[in-house]
Amino acid sequence: MSEYPVTDEDGLEPIEILTLPLDAWHRGKGGRMVEFAGYHMPVQYEGIMAEHLWTRENAGLFDVSHMGQVYVSSDDGITPAVEAALEAALPIDLATLKIGAPRYSLLLDEEGGILDDLMVTRWKTGFYLVVNGATKWDDIGTLRELLPDDVTINHLEDNALLALQGPKAFAALERHAKSEYPLSALTFMKGGQFTLGGVDAWISRSGYTGEDGFEIAIPGESAAMVADLLCGEPEVKPIGLGARDSLRLEAGLPLYGHDLSPETSVIDADLKFAVNKRRRTEGGFPGSDRVLKDFAEGTARKRIGLVIEGRMAAREGAKVFSGDQEVGIVTSGGFSPSLQQPIAMAYVDTALTAEGTALTIEMRGKQLPAKVAAMPFVPHRYHR
Amino acid sequence: MTRYFSEDHEWIEVEGDLGTVGITDYAQGQLGDITFVEVPAEGASVSKGDSVSVVDSVKAASDVYTPVSGTIAAVNEALVDQPELVNTEAETGGWLFRVTLSDAAELGTLMDEAAYKSYVDSL
Repeated sequence: MSEYPVTDEDGLEPIEILTLPLDAWHRGKGGRMVEFAGYHMPVQYEGIMAEHLWTRENAGLFDVSHMGQVYVSSDDGITPAVEAALEAALPIDLATLKIGAPRYSLLLDEEGGILDDLMVTRWKTGFYLVVNGATKWDDIGTLRELLPDDVTINHLEDNALLALQGPKAFAALERHAKSEYPLSALTFMKGGQFTLGGVDAWISRSGYTGEDGFEIAIPGESAAMVADLLCGEPEVKPIGLGARDSLRLEAGLPLYGHDLSPETSVIDADLKFAVNKRRRTEGGFPGSDRVLKDFAEGTARKRIGLVIEGRMAAREGAKVFSGDQEVGIVTSGGFSPSLQQPIAMAYVDTALTAEGTALTIEMRGKQLPAKVAAMPFVPHRYHR
Repeated sequence: MTRYFSEDHEWIEVEGDLGTVGITDYAQGQLGDITFVEVPAEGASVSKGDSVSVVDSVKAASDVYTPVSGTIAAVNEALVDQPELVNTEAETGGWLFRVTLSDAAELGTLMDEAAYKSYVDSL
């Protein structure tokens, strides 16, 4: 028996495998640790299927401390110069970015290829960015090149990041999150400063599972205490990265390194919303010539969802056919625990992206019948 | 009836010249929830070490190699509707296929239960 790799990080791992603050905590909870993005991370505890369904019905606690937390600031505070510098680096409209409300953005190369996707939040004194784990070192280098020297880029390496996701996440977190305002003041994509067990925590109502939920940034040395506090609630269980991947796939959310890469662009990745309205006409960010051209003319291919007949899953790299014609490639695929059938994301020729279009996927010499499906596969339940 | 094990985590139980093959309980635990099993075609000729079956888990797909050469005599039809049998009954009801052995001497290259147990403990 041998296993096909599915979490290849494209050779981006550092040679040394690093240890995150909750390493011992995960092992103590029976987490099966695997190498991911250069760290030992828990892929599962009791099983991906059970953890996935638990999160959809209750609340799951994910450790996403491998992700990069970066603070961009200047000695003078958020000046027009700092805003102009960040707008030259990202396709974001900072004039409409309110304090404490994270927004999805992209780091693009000069050709408009996607270097990473990230969340940007305006804090009172600077900007807080959360970037992907496997790309964080490159991202920091890219930002250093793009931003002037008097803008400081701090990698908040000592922070941990937890995600509490699921319909009961609010109830569980509300018992512990203290601030001058209630936790209910946070609606989807809003954040605020709280304490959890007496420790300062930056909490935003966000995540990557399609469920209501929160992301919680805390000092690494307090991570085990906070994780214990939350897992002490009856609604909460620790959940591994395996279920995080199946949840985000059902939610139709693209994953960097799989569905997004320098070979994918904003329009074919179906991420128009990440380029804010004013920037679509004004440009002035890396790759903006290509992006504005794509907005005007469209692209030859597009990211779509596929539901697959039968039970054999299509995996990343599988070719997509329309009749005998090769028309695309699968970038994420797996068995959906909620729908009990295989689902996938793929890039296919734009002419074949209408919902219901019949395609086939070649997998281990077999032809799997598939249909283009609307995403998300499982409806989002964000608390707006 | 004797049971043998491969380093690739297949088990084979042999009675006369007929062997029943599955993946070990250790292997199913490593793979996690099995969602689909692809079994070989009945009557197919197979050689020791060939990839003849695939088990799909939520996470990934894994090849299963035949631990002996021979002809596929039967496949476990129950797995079509209940692939999870590989998780719950890995070394009994979750068997994958039966093979008519063409060279019983190949069994000598496999491990017995005690040897397999110490092999797994060493991993």
